Amino acid sequence: MEADAAKLIGAGLATIALAGVGVGIGNIFGNFVAGALRNPAAAPKVFGNVLLGFALTEAIALFALVIAMLLLFVF
Amino acid sequence: MATEADHGAGGHSPLAQFEIKRLVDINVGGVDASITNSTVWMLIAIAAITLFMVIGMRRGALVPGRWQSMAEMSYEFVAGMLRDNVGTAGRRYFPFIFTLFMFVLFCNLLGMIPYSFTVTSHIIVTFALAAVVFIGVTIIGFARHGAHFLKLFVPSGVPIFLLPLLIVIELISYLIRPVSLSVRLFANMLAGHTMLKVFGGFVVALGIIGGWAPLAFVVALTGLEILIAFLQAYVFAVLTCIYLNDAINLHH
Repeated sequence: MEADAAKLIGAGLATIALAGVGVGIGNIFGNFVAGALRNPAAAPKVFGNVLLGFALTEAIALFALVIAMLLLFVF
Repeated sequence: MATEADHGAGGHSPLAQFEIKRLVDINVGGVDASITNSTVWMLIAIAAITLFMVIGMRRGALVPGRWQSMAEMSYEFVAGMLRDNVGTAGRRYFPFIFTLFMFVLFCNLLGMIPYSFTVTSHIIVTFALAAVVFIGVTIIGFARHGAHFLKLFVPSGVPIFLLPLLIVIELISYLIRPVSLSVRLFANMLAGHTMLKVFGGFVVALGIIGGWAPLAFVVALTGLEILIAFLQAYVFAVLTCIYLNDAINLHH
């Protein structure tokens, strides 16, 4: 296989990480909505934590992006 | 890809916006200390923060106006964050956390202005910030607790035969902190701005007839990016507070 083709395939494969991140973000907001419906009074208090969890999970997706970028532009 | 880099210099690549250009060449004893567009935007960010706080608090009225209440809100936001995460022992580190938060926030937000330069989209800038946090927190931990600070790496209440494995894991997760802290901010900014540029390219490519759909999407994405700019500054500051809490209160 040509090195360029392998690089592109590798970068594409790196985006599979998004599957896990999708599960993670869905989990965070799904559980937040479920919890907020049970106890709406407590919802504003945990929203900061929800955003923190969202940002931390999103960062995992961006690590995959960094890997893809490294494969495409560095090697 | 060399061709991509050549292409990028033309200004059509989505990554061309991250290019660092030398504006004034300065060479101090063999060290390249030139003023670049990155330097200029950092200075603009610092000037903007100074203006925002100094002019906002100039009158110091008991009933704040709009500007003053924004300045007070930013102060109270960081102070509350420090109070919730570290407690009263963290109050003396407030100036550092506040400076860090405001610098990252203003760099992110100034980057949202069209044709500006996003300082935080470069790994070296965010890594320098994260390294300062990491080294500072480690020094604070050792200064306050001495050798007891090493207890941070020994989780309590685990079977003794698991300890060698867990200590290694804890140590790695501690040492990886500056990397994850910096890559998170840098990658968010890089990805966001690249995405905006790519969709901007769609608008140009589809022209006046079909370009409206991606244009609407770009507008929505810009809103999201402003949220992300704020959120990432918040996350950076909150994680600094959490690391500081580990070092000061040392319960694991």
